[in-house]
Amino acid sequence: MGCPEVPVQISIVIYLAHKLRKAGWDVTVAGTSAPIKLLKVADPESYYVKKTADLDWIIQEIVEKRLDFDACFAFMHSDAGMVYGATFSAISHAKHYAVVFGKNAEALAESIDYPTEKIVATATHNPGPLKSKIDRVVI
Amino acid sequence: MSCIEQMKYRLYLERTSFKEARDFIEKNSEEVYYVEPGYRIFKDYYIIGVPPVALGVRGNEILFTYVKPCHGTFVMGIDSQEEIARLREREARKIKKMMKDVQKGASTQKREPEASPVDFREIYKK
Repeated sequence: MGCPEVPVQISIVIYLAHKLRKAGWDVTVAGTSAPIKLLKVADPESYYVKKTADLDWIIQEIVEKRLDFDACFAFMHSDAGMVYGATFSAISHAKHYAVVFGKNAEALAESIDYPTEKIVATATHNPGPLKSKIDRVVI
Repeated sequence: MSCIEQMKYRLYLERTSFKEARDFIEKNSEEVYYVEPGYRIFKDYYIIGVPPVALGVRGNEILFTYVKPCHGTFVMGIDSQEEIARLREREARKIKKMMKDVQKGASTQKREPEASPVDFREIYKK
């Protein structure tokens, strides 16, 4: 997770983390400090999200080969988010998904030219469209 | 936060797209090197970027992209002979390896069997 200025992000992250955990995955939610704080306030007893981590620390650990994942969902609504997604796609062996949302989701998704599966919805306040796209990928 | 923000840096572009930042480095550097995302500079900064990530050298200065999730991409310049030397050494190693691979490929490539000389009598027999 990057910048939390688009409201659907935290909602969909909690939804996806819970869904993956119920399916048996060991989920870590990584982000910059602002979205992690939002997440912790929304889920004070870690009911939905058990593990969180700092985004830059995760990158360091993957590059130094001390950590990796089976799947990675990179949330993005800006060019900077897309660049972080590209970095994860390049450094990690995880199956990569780009979750693209916000006002310019379609244009941003078009700019992605690295190996990833795109989950795209022009969603800002209403998480419905993005949730249904997520549901098609994560059953 | 990386140590970079505490270093003495020059800011050339701010809050731009990664593509524009890369173009700036390519057009404004004396030497350009391409590294993979995650390449480490200044001890603890792992470069964030869309491959190929360009790093520029201009005099004693290394030009690089710095991505902040909420603010976009910045192009920064920091004087560092050490980082420049490390980049040049890495490039030299890359070229050496490439040359070795080419040589290896050439020596293992199967030679086409030379056509055996044909006796003209064999041709006229048919």
